[in-house]
Parts: sequence; structure tokens; C-alpha cells
Amino acid sequence: MSTGLVSVAYVVASILFILSLGGLSHQESARRGNLYGVAGILIALVATMASVSDSGLVAIVIAVLVGASIGIVIANKVEMTQMPQLVALLHSFVGLAAVLVGFSGYVDPLIHTSGAEHTIKLVEVFVGIFIGAVTFTGSLVACGKLDGRIDSKALTLPGRHLMNLAAIAVSVLLGAWFLSTDSMAWGVIILVLMTVIASVLGIHLIMAIGGADMPVVVSMLNSYSGWAAASIGFMLGNDLLIVTGALVGSSGAILSYIMCKAMNRSFISVILGGFGQTSSSSVAGGADGQTAVEISADEVCEELRNADSVIIVPGYGMAVAQAQSGVSDMTKLLRERGVNVRFGIHPVAGRLPGHMNVLLAEAHVPYDIVLEMDEINADFPSTDVVLVIGANDTVNPAAAEDPGSPIAGMPVLEVWKARQVVILKRGMATGYSGVENPLFFKDNARMLFGDAKDSIDKLVSGLRG
Amino acid sequence: MKIGIPKEIFTDERRVAATPPSVHKLINLGYEVTVETGAGEAAHYRDEAYEAVGATIAVDTRSLWSDADFILKVRAPMLNPALGKHEADLMKEGAFLVSYIWPAQNPELLEKLAARKITTFAIDSLPRISRAQKMDALSAMANIAGYRAVVEAANHFGRFFTGQVTAAGKVPPAKVMVIGAGVAGLAAVGAANSLGAIVRAFDTRLEVKEQIESMGAEFLQLDFGDEEGSGTGGYAKQMSDEFIKAEMALFAEQAKEVDIIITTALIPGKPAPKLITAEMVKSMKPGSVIVDLASERGGNCELTEPGKIVEHHEVTLIGYTDLPSRMAKVASDLYATNLFHLVTELTPEKDGQPQVNMEDDVIRGLTVVLGQDVTWPPPQPQTPTSPKPAPGTEEPSAEQKAAAHKESRRRSLIGKGAVLIVTLAALYGVGAYAPESFLRHFTVFVLACFIGWQVVWNVTASLHTPLMSVTNAISGIIVIGAMLHLAQAENAIVGIMAFVAVLIASINVGGGFRVTHRMLKMFRK
Repeated sequence: MSTGLVSVAYVVASILFILSLGGLSHQESARRGNLYGVAGILIALVATMASVSDSGLVAIVIAVLVGASIGIVIANKVEMTQMPQLVALLHSFVGLAAVLVGFSGYVDPLIHTSGAEHTIKLVEVFVGIFIGAVTFTGSLVACGKLDGRIDSKALTLPGRHLMNLAAIAVSVLLGAWFLSTDSMAWGVIILVLMTVIASVLGIHLIMAIGGADMPVVVSMLNSYSGWAAASIGFMLGNDLLIVTGALVGSSGAILSYIMCKAMNRSFISVILGGFGQTSSSSVAGGADGQTAVEISADEVCEELRNADSVIIVPGYGMAVAQAQSGVSDMTKLLRERGVNVRFGIHPVAGRLPGHMNVLLAEAHVPYDIVLEMDEINADFPSTDVVLVIGANDTVNPAAAEDPGSPIAGMPVLEVWKARQVVILKRGMATGYSGVENPLFFKDNARMLFGDAKDSIDKLVSGLRG
Repeated sequence: MKIGIPKEIFTDERRVAATPPSVHKLINLGYEVTVETGAGEAAHYRDEAYEAVGATIAVDTRSLWSDADFILKVRAPMLNPALGKHEADLMKEGAFLVSYIWPAQNPELLEKLAARKITTFAIDSLPRISRAQKMDALSAMANIAGYRAVVEAANHFGRFFTGQVTAAGKVPPAKVMVIGAGVAGLAAVGAANSLGAIVRAFDTRLEVKEQIESMGAEFLQLDFGDEEGSGTGGYAKQMSDEFIKAEMALFAEQAKEVDIIITTALIPGKPAPKLITAEMVKSMKPGSVIVDLASERGGNCELTEPGKIVEHHEVTLIGYTDLPSRMAKVASDLYATNLFHLVTELTPEKDGQPQVNMEDDVIRGLTVVLGQDVTWPPPQPQTPTSPKPAPGTEEPSAEQKAAAHKESRRRSLIGKGAVLIVTLAALYGVGAYAPESFLRHFTVFVLACFIGWQVVWNVTASLHTPLMSVTNAISGIIVIGAMLHLAQAENAIVGIMAFVAVLIASINVGGGFRVTHRMLKMFRK
């Protein structure tokens, strides 16, 4: 196959990828978008296979088929609640692949270069491997944290910012050395050293970030995996990789930005980690004799039966308790009674951007009643009952009312403006931010204690009976 | 400690201070509960129902009163004609009591209770602060009274509330005016509105306009500049003479037009203001109805008689003083819950031993007799309207805010400038020194970033997870680089590395697209 044809195939693939992302802008076109992506990657694969000599083709076909089958099997098995782990794991694969391709590209370059071009290529190799290694280990740690294998609390070592800075500084020095050396053996040793440092940096960076900041972390790693692909593209002089890497990189960057905005925190402060540890300055709302009023499941049923409009606000707690199918049954029952049921989703609810939407979709909740925070916030004052299921910081009135609160200014769902709020919760513990939630002490708030799934099941049977 | 629930002896009082559910909860707080036989009968709660939740039933009135350490009841203690003894004297010395007391009107009752060392909580003296709302029996009862007022009016009104067009002719809707938009007034507005009437409401406090409108009534506003009727504790205060004159003119005009007037105007510690004169009653259409919720305190209408229904100038005037009691079941349920919350506040240890914490604003306000001392009236509560910020916690002044704003803007400008300079320098460096081949790729890279930026902003938030998995899958495109290396591998190590890279990148491609497909399939309308 001529290089011209391959280039044309790559252009077509690039356009298909852009169309693929464009398709995701609406639910209706989303599935078509995914098919565009599949088509793009197939075209790229076939064109590449056709362009290479026959010698490696067998190995390539075997690797691709085995890899793709493994991927499909994993994807078929995974539970929707495990989606964050899976996404993080897949990021780490891209990172590892970038590291491996980077090494191959250094040891056994496809294009031979000299002079300034050579220097630039070396920089590309170095940067590609660095980002790849950080993505690889960082994603593995994120995956472990999301899966609960690693404690999701932020690990704050003393002087951790200094350690990170030192790691970066050493990498830059190694980079300078790498450019100046002519010996390939030394070059490989430097690359390995740098890879080790970058790997440790990746682990340490993500270890310092707590569970609820994971939406930012996962989207950041998504972005990194894109940049890693792009720098490998530069190394190989392959425009398709550059375009795809840039698309993925900017997509991840935008998602991180949206998530940070939703927490009213700067990207830097999230990445530096350690949030939620310094809660001593927070105002303890319960200290001045306020008590939260408990409510029984039967009473909640009664409230729901008498309500005209209900808004359900799910949080990570719903995912942990696997309560989404119960929530869906309850929604169905209430809608059959003519109750206007809607869902209010905070952008950072859950551990992945859009996590709640996926869980609710899995449980067959129609997507047109699942609304974003901005769409639904104005409707709370005219709502009869709000059910808060396993959410805490995202419904904390302190963010809006108490300028001294650590989460002040974070946009929240204004559930307390409804006639009645019922909070399903295991106990009175604070949320991830460690900030006391004055919502529980509001006069229109009632607590329904217990595991979210059990409570929802009780409500469902109560509404049936 | 033993809680006693006596049967109410006030004429036509059908409410009871505890219901079986509330008794159950009181027992959980560590109390024993004794209920006088037949106490809940008028509210349709049988003795057996109380027994079923663990209460004992006392047959003898005298022993119920003398055995109990804590009496919960509705009406203030009064002379029991059957026993010839005052209820306060029936009580054990040093016991506790919760009921309506109306301490301002009943100073001699307070003396009597103090003489018996009975610590008394007057449910009607509850401070009106948010934290105390769950114990606010006045509001709970006012809500019922407002609803019932509309029902009574409808009962004596010879027409539909809602307008109808029927084959037999057109019926106009009833017009209802509600005076005073407290809890009772708002409940009346809501009930009349849901029956289909045209509802107007008046209140001296402008702040309730929104509440009135939210319940579906039109707010009758007096064009009266700056006078505003909000007093302390959320109640109304007495208005100036000019204001009252303007207000009366408004009522006179409305009286000719409306079919039903419901008055709920009260000023704390004063007799009810006379708002509807005999003249106005006369000007109303024959068959109209007036319900005077203030009749117990003298009435808002000159012609109403407390506790009775009378007719003057072909207008029915309803002066019932026991509207909540006419809905004894729901009134008892709510009142019992209020009292349960009160007892919970008094029993922080849940050990059946009440503790009177006079530091607590709510308890302080409720307690009118503590031991042998009359503790009424309580010190003035803080005014809820526009509280002055305490010194030291002052809001930053406008200038400070403006300065801070300017400062932060200046900083962000500097930041933006720095980013711009660095970007320009980097671009210059690239342009000046980088070779042609790199610049070609660089152009592609920058354009692709921009396209990505534009496209991804359009993605709806609910599809963020599929977006991540699809970008994940396409970032597996790195497989191409790995394939090229694998095809040309000259030494074994590179070959193995490339092979592994192809393998895992393929996992990404296959897994990413497959899982996206699965997710998208689930989204349905």
C-alpha cells in the first residue's frame, strides 16, 4: 500500500474520531458516535497493517486479536458501578504502551534523524515516556483506590510538595543529560532511571488525592493519556497519533476543568491533594444544641404518596450501596401515581464525571428526567419532597450560606429550599470534605438512617403496599 | 417517671394530648405513661389502642392526677366540677405540666401552680424560632383552624366555591377575602383556593405578600408608603390611625363585593382589632358568610358572638372558638407530636427524667413556672427582622469589597499576562529554531487541540462517562506506533516490547469501544 493511501486513510480516521466525539453531544447521536470511533480505528489498523512488510504481520494480527478479545471480555463482564476502576485501568494501559513505544522508538528508531531534528526527537521520546510512566502508575493507583484495594483517604507525607518538585527537577536534569549523551547504553540507563522516578511520582501524586476528588483525577489521567499518545505521535512523525492524542488530551482537560469548577477549587489545589484533612477550622453546626429529626420509612412513604413533585439527589453513597435499581423501581411506582419525579445530578457526584447518569441509565431510569444541577436548581422551591440518597457535600447549604466554610462558594444543589428534605444516610458522619452539614439540622430536613439499599427497598415495598 | 394523660373536661374539647403513636415514642424515651379512660374517645382513639402500645389505663380521675409526675394536656388546668376541685390542686406537688396556659391572661393560674411547685411549660409561649417549629402547637392548630374555617363557611354558604358553566346555567365562583395572613390565614387561603374560589388576602405585614401569592391568592395592598406592620417574633403590631382608616376603607369596599370573609387578625397581648363593622356586614350581599377566627379574643367583627353562629342582615356570622377541636383526630395527632418533641427536648438523656435547662432559649421561653417561682414573662427574644451584625463579625464594607475585588482582578490580569508572554516566547522559540518537519506536525497538533476543545464542550454532562471511555478507546490509537515498531523490530527485546504494547493498546481499543457501546445502549427515554 502506498504511503499516499495510508495518509489518506489516516485523514479519514482522524475525521471519524472528531465525528465520534461530536456524536456524544446528544443522547440520540451518541451510539452513532461510538460507531464512528470503531470505524476510524478499524480503518487506521487496516491501513497500517497493509503498509508494513509481511514479516511482522502475523505477530501484529495475533497481538491485536488477543488484546481486543481480552478487552471485549473485560468490558462485557464489568459492572456499571465498577466503571471508574475500568476507565482508570484502561488509562494505565495507554500509559504503559506509551512507555514501551517510547523505548522502542529510542532503541530502534523508525526514522533516522540528525541535527536539530534529532534533538527534538529525543525530547519527544523523553517527554512521551515521562507522561506515559506518570499516567501508568497514577492510573493504577487511582484504579486501586476506586476499587477499594487502596485506602481512598489522601496520603499526606510530610514535605510531599518538595518531594514532587524534586522528582520533576531530577527528571529535567536527567533530560539535559540525555540530550547531551551520544552513547545509546547511557541513554537507555537514563531513560530507565527517569521512568522509575516518573512512576514513583505518579504513585505519590495520586496517593495524596482523596476519594471524592477522583472525578478530577480520572479526567486528568484521561488527558495525560492523550498527551502521551500525542508525544509518541511526534516521535514517530505520525499525524494520526498527534490528532487523536490532542483530541483526547483536550477532552480530558475540559472534563477536569468542569469538575474543578463544580467544586469551586482550582485545578492546582486538587492536584496538590490533601484536601479534607484540615477540617479543624470548619464550623460544627451540630454543636449548638441542634438536633436532626429522624423519620421512619413508613412516614417517608406517606410523604411521597402525598407529594406532587419529588426530586431525587443521588450521590456516591447510592453507588456504594448498589441502590440504583431500587431507586428506579421507586421512580416507576411514583410516576405511575402521577408524581412528577426527577433527578438532580451534581457534576462531581460519584467517582467519575457522569457516573450517576450511567448508574441510573443501567437501572432503566429514563434519561430525560435526569437533570443537571443548573437545570434543576431553580425548581427546588416548588418541590414537595427531596430524597437525598448518599450525597453530602454536594447538598451542603454551608457552601452557599457560610463564607467561613472550607467549601464556601462551591455550587451545590439547593435541596433545602424544598418543602421537605429526606436524607438517607448511614449515620451522622461528615462528608468527604470533613465539613459538618447544616442541612441535617434544618427544620424541613428529616433523617432516614440505615443502608441506602435497605431503606430504598423499604420505601419500594411501602409504596407497593 | 410517670406521664399522665387526663381526659379533657373543657366543654366540647375533643382533643387529647397524646395519641397511641406518640405514647409509644414517649415510652421509648424512658417514661411510663398512664392514660385516663376515654381520654382519646372523642378523637377516635380507644383505650385498647393505648394499651396496645404499652400505656396503662387509669379509671379513676383523681388517682391519675395524683400519681403522675408529668401531666400532658390540651386546655389549661381548670375547676373540675365533678370532683369540685381545681385540676392544679389534683396534681402531685412538684410535678411537671405541659398545656396551653395563656399566662398573660391567667396570672392567678400561674400563682396557683407556683404555690403547688408545679413546673409548668406553656405550649402557647413557645418562642417562634426555627429550631422550635417542630413543637409549635399554635401554628399546628392555626393551620387546622384556617382549613376548618373555610369548611364551615362552605357549609353555610348557599353556592359553589368554584365557578361552573352547566346546562342549567352559569354559576359564578365565590369570592373570599382573608384578613390576616398568619398560619391560619394562609391555610384558609389555600383551602379556599383549592375549592375553586377567587381569594384575596390582606395583611399589614408586607413581607407576607409573597406567601399569599404562593398560596394562590391576590394580595390586597394598601398604597401606604413606608408603614409596615411586622412586630417582634413574626407577629403583627398595632398600626397608626391613618393606616387603620385606609385599611377600613379597603374592607368596606371589599365587603360589598365578596361573598365570604375570614378574619384571623390578632395582636399579641391585646384584644383582637375590630375590622369589620356592623355597617360593613349590612353592606354585604344576602347569604354571605363571615368566619371570625379571632372571636375568642373579642372578634374582628363587631357582630360575631364567641362560640356561636348568628345571623345579622342576612349574613351568617360564625364565631366558633373550637375549630381545631372540631377536627379532633388530626388536631390530636399534631398536638401530640408537638408535645412529644417538647418532651424529647426536655429529656436529652432519654432516661425518662426531664431536665429544665433554662439556658436553652426554647425551654426558657416555654417555662412559665419553675418550682415555686413564676418565670413569666421571659426576657425579650432577639428580633428576627434585620438583626444588626455583631461587632467584630461585621460584613466587609463596600470599599473593602471593591478593593479586594480590584486586587483579585489585578492578580488575574498579571497571571493572564504572564501566560500570554510565556506562550508567545514558546511560539517564537518553536518558529525560530524548530525544523520544518516538526512545524508541520506542530500545526496539526495545535489545530487538533482546538477542534477537540470545540467539540468536547458540546458533550452533555450526562454523557461524560461514555465520553471518557470513548476517548480512552481512541487513545488506544497508540497501537499504530507499536505496530510499526513490531513490524520492523530488529532485535528481540524491541520486538517483545512492541508486541506487549500492541497487545495492551488493543485491550484498550476493544474494551473501550465495547463498554461505551454497553453504556450507551442503556440510556433510554
